[in-house]
Amino acid sequence: MKELLWLIPALPFIGALILILAGSRLSRSLVPVVGAGSVGLAALVTLLIGFEFLSGTRAPFEQLLWTWIEVDGFKPEVALYLDSLSLVFIFVITFVGFLIHLYSAEFMREDEGYSRFFTFLNLFVGSMLMLVLANNLVLMYLGWEGVGLCSYLLIGFWYKEEKNGYAARKAFIITRVGDTAMAIGLFMLFRTFGTLDIQAILSGAQDTWQVGSQTAVAIGLLLLGGAVGKSAQLPLQTWLPDAMAGPSPVSALIHAATMVTAGVYLIARMYAIFELAPLAQLWVGIIGALTLLISGFTALTQYDLKRILAYSTISQIGYMFLALGVGAFSSAIFHFMIHAFFKALLFLAAGAVIHLLHHEHDIFRMGGLRKKLPVIYWTFLIGAASLAALPLITGGFYSKDQILWYAYAGEKGNIWFLVAAMTGAFVTSLYTFRMVFVTFFGTEKTHVGHHAGTLMTLPLVVLAILSTLGGFIELPHTMGHVQLFSDHLSTVLPAISLKEGVESSEWIVQLIAAGLSLTGVYIAYFLYVQSPQSVERIKTSVNALHQFWFSGWGFDAVYDFLFVKPFLWMARTNKADVVDKAYDGVVVSTGYFHRGFAWTQSGIMRWYMVGIVIGTILVVTLSLIYY
Amino acid sequence: MNTIAVESGLILAGVLFMLGLISVLVRRNIIFMLISVEIMLNAAGLAFITAGAKWVQPDGQVMFVFILTMAAAEVSVGLALILQIYHQLKTLDSDAANKMKG
Amino acid sequence: MMLAVLIIVLMAGGLLAWISHQWHPQAPKWISLVSVLIDFAIIAIYWLQHYQIGDLFNDGWLASYKVPWIESFGISFNLAMDGLSLLMLVLTFFLGVMAVLISWNEISHRVGFYYFNLLWVLAGITGVFVTLDMFLFYFFWEVMLIPMYFLIGIWGHENKRYAAYKFFIFTQAGGLLMLLAILGLYFLHGRATGNFTFDYLQLLNMELEPSTGRWLMLGFLVAFVVKLPIVPFHTWLPDAHSQAPTAGSLILAGLLLKTGAYGILRFVIPLFPDAAAEIAKPAMLLGVVGILYGAVLAYAQTDLKRLVAYTSVSHMGFVMLGAFAFNKLALQGVVMQMITHGISTGALFILAGCIYERIHTRDVTKMGGFWPNMPRMGGIALVFVMASLGLPGLGNFVAEFLTLVGSWQVSQKLTILAAIGLVGATAYSLRIMQKVFYGQALPAGDHAVHDITIREKFILIPMVVVIIVLGIYPGPVLQTANAPISNVLDYKPAKKVVATNTLEMKGGTDEQE
Repeated sequence: MKELLWLIPALPFIGALILILAGSRLSRSLVPVVGAGSVGLAALVTLLIGFEFLSGTRAPFEQLLWTWIEVDGFKPEVALYLDSLSLVFIFVITFVGFLIHLYSAEFMREDEGYSRFFTFLNLFVGSMLMLVLANNLVLMYLGWEGVGLCSYLLIGFWYKEEKNGYAARKAFIITRVGDTAMAIGLFMLFRTFGTLDIQAILSGAQDTWQVGSQTAVAIGLLLLGGAVGKSAQLPLQTWLPDAMAGPSPVSALIHAATMVTAGVYLIARMYAIFELAPLAQLWVGIIGALTLLISGFTALTQYDLKRILAYSTISQIGYMFLALGVGAFSSAIFHFMIHAFFKALLFLAAGAVIHLLHHEHDIFRMGGLRKKLPVIYWTFLIGAASLAALPLITGGFYSKDQILWYAYAGEKGNIWFLVAAMTGAFVTSLYTFRMVFVTFFGTEKTHVGHHAGTLMTLPLVVLAILSTLGGFIELPHTMGHVQLFSDHLSTVLPAISLKEGVESSEWIVQLIAAGLSLTGVYIAYFLYVQSPQSVERIKTSVNALHQFWFSGWGFDAVYDFLFVKPFLWMARTNKADVVDKAYDGVVVSTGYFHRGFAWTQSGIMRWYMVGIVIGTILVVTLSLIYY
Repeated sequence: MNTIAVESGLILAGVLFMLGLISVLVRRNIIFMLISVEIMLNAAGLAFITAGAKWVQPDGQVMFVFILTMAAAEVSVGLALILQIYHQLKTLDSDAANKMKG
Repeated sequence: MMLAVLIIVLMAGGLLAWISHQWHPQAPKWISLVSVLIDFAIIAIYWLQHYQIGDLFNDGWLASYKVPWIESFGISFNLAMDGLSLLMLVLTFFLGVMAVLISWNEISHRVGFYYFNLLWVLAGITGVFVTLDMFLFYFFWEVMLIPMYFLIGIWGHENKRYAAYKFFIFTQAGGLLMLLAILGLYFLHGRATGNFTFDYLQLLNMELEPSTGRWLMLGFLVAFVVKLPIVPFHTWLPDAHSQAPTAGSLILAGLLLKTGAYGILRFVIPLFPDAAAEIAKPAMLLGVVGILYGAVLAYAQTDLKRLVAYTSVSHMGFVMLGAFAFNKLALQGVVMQMITHGISTGALFILAGCIYERIHTRDVTKMGGFWPNMPRMGGIALVFVMASLGLPGLGNFVAEFLTLVGSWQVSQKLTILAAIGLVGATAYSLRIMQKVFYGQALPAGDHAVHDITIREKFILIPMVVVIIVLGIYPGPVLQTANAPISNVLDYKPAKKVVATNTLEMKGGTDEQE
């Protein structure tokens, strides 16, 4: 069975290839069959392989397809590597991907670029699978850039709008900044280890470096740069909110469930480097903590449904980074999985709402949808509950609770991380339920056009179930103590070690977290259902702050001023190429010489005679002097 | 036989040459310019003769014969050109022939 | 013999095409197509055969042909090919076929003379890639220059005279410096050994005074750097590329620039290893400056062909950076870059030409929203735009990545700067897509924009396939280039080897040194 591993990334690529070659000739009903079908098959293969893997020894499995490049010891192969970490990722990618493909089959049915959409989506899934299955960093970089490309293509899918194209380019360029950092990290790694094979690096790192080695820190920070770009973390987070210009399934698949977590995968995959570079790891945590706060507060002020979700995605990935930063690798991956379920669900549900309301994005023009769209309401509510980490019943609670606990109790954790995470948890539940109450409660402001079909609602229901039940495979010590997930990952990722004597306080942290989450829900209920006028009052009293948060803390403006404007200025002023002016100078001076000498040819014979005479005198005198 | 000092001959040649040169430069009439060139040629010839006499060599006189023939050829070509110029421009002013101005 | 045949076929084909125009107006096209195809077939079959036999990977010359020419001056008609030349020849004839095909309908006046020039440029390039006699090298260097001058000057766009002169003066000035350096080498070698010869292999092992070596090396380097081109000698390129007819731009970008890179690898480094090592750092710096400067300028352009031309400046910076890093990784990257850039940028020029045929402008501000009308063309453009920004999976990535990995071993700072160029590449590449294919469709003008035609498919689809294959399986190219690159590195100052002076070739394989 394991030998079929190559089929998992290959199937979506084959699907894309068929769509590219025959897309325009296929009927509209066949396009999703190819598109979703190929990903579905990949999911099936994943299931088979996963079953075999879990029932077996769980030993990593490597499959060499061919040697990609071979020069002088630099030998990246096209080879796939399956272990429990990549298994989690391919499972999430293929399954969530398949559900989103199903959803898109209906969501995009009216669109003229139907087959183009599925082509890009398939390409994306293929690249993402390549990213997580790669056995070396160059191949991972291929997937890494491939998903960036697909993200670009899909954000700018509705290319007729100028602003979509802008958002797409912004996403690609900003992530490329991170990618470049990562590429430089790869150069350093290659110079240090002479290979870019991931397992070789991980095992070599311990032998090569002391803890805190400068090279390790530098490489860690560079890889972090790559992760930050792709995962939309501080300071490269600005592309993600704009990326919401793409169709909703894209936001769900790429910008919530899978691609943006590539950074988390990278750091978890290269954990050994970060373990040896405490400074780099600390920065992972700091960036995570700052990001989750900043984007949490930004989400509070947004009124575009998808932008709220975008900021909440940034914020949730901040949690994952925080977990990675304190060394709770498996908690980060656990949160990734649960987040993929509920965030895909939220985006798909939001997409359905927007779709059914004729592309209305503003939550304040929605309202009262609870009765009109019951299925969407209930599934959205489940997703939102998970996002807000409502205690005990949601998957999000169990995954986030772990992170909160380790942020404090982990050996590398500290109280500041805990405070940030707690504040973030409160803000999360506040903005989540603000969104829920404003969208689904109150009076109906926009008429619902039509209803969602089965293809759209089925994925919602499945995801709702997954995001609830998924939490129960890993329960904390205080309740049940189930460790299916972290046991699964223990073969790959190191377990976190706790500080001395903190075990007893775990329930306190859990209690506070639960309390904060419920308080957030209540405050949201109070502000947006019971007394909406108080919201206005608060808003006007802190208008400047509101504006600041609304603009995403002014990052766009700063970058515009620091990078975009100078670059454009440089490009524009030098359009005609100043170097060419130097050559023009040569041309002009030649012209002057030409005119100067032409002037001596006056046509008056006597002048020529004078010239001859003077010349003769000069020659004679000079020769007399020098000889 | 009275001999004339070499210096006197050379000075005369020099004076003649300068006269010729100056009148080439200041005269605008092409005929006069041609005549002045003839004077310069003859001045050069005189210088050769003087030098030949000084060293008692025939070369000076040989050179003078050369100059004579050359002058003859030059005058014939020159006069032909002058005629053409007059024919074309209806004037003998050399400054009028400035069509080749750069 | 094969090498001479390759050149003769092209030259004869060119003459025949010129004459044949009187017989039938269609004849020149077919004659040129057939002659380039013959060459392509010969070299492709040769490559495949010898790749299977495996003697490509041996050290030494694969094929050679030597007859005396002007013996009294030590000039011989001396051709030889190694893996590097072989790759360049494959590229030359591949792009040559494309160049003939793309001119099919574009050229309507003086057709015979056009194809004469086209084939003679190709013949000159072929000669440059295979000759081992310095005098002959200079001869071919001129042969590719003058027909190119006519191609730009006669069949170019609105500002063709200016561009043609500029191209000619720049490259000729560089070429003359190279001639001086060649003569200098010739006389120095003659005086030192009593053997006056232009034979590359004999000149190769000459000991030079450091200062003399430096000046002679600069003479060569300037010629190649102007061709490459590297900032600040690049300004002929945007004009020449944008004014040339499509095939002209294709050959300029795809092949002529590569002769500069080839010259550095074949002549500058082996002939003057010490002097080249001395200027390695400044040369790499110039390369990086080229990468960044080209990227900024490319972003600013509104003329589509000018934009692509500046991207070439940026990409050729990588060649300079890699060539002077003096290690295998970087040099393999350089060879890959020569090939993949030839294809990807060539294809972008072809696309620009196709669009020009449809709407008669190269101004991107007058384009936009072409995707609905030409989705296939857009898809193909996307591939090459991505190639140009270095997307993994396409050939250019392999080239740039290898170059950067290699240069990292030598200079970290410069590599970081060069890597920043990749971000710039993203910016300008995406701008092409945005300006041409995305956005709101402009009000339909006089010209209906139609999708790709069959002929264009014949040209572009092979190029797409090649660039993808090079991206995911570059092995054959890397292996073929392996031996010559090791040779180039053997001339590194530390381990300069005394090679045998004579070149005696028997058939295809021979062990040199």
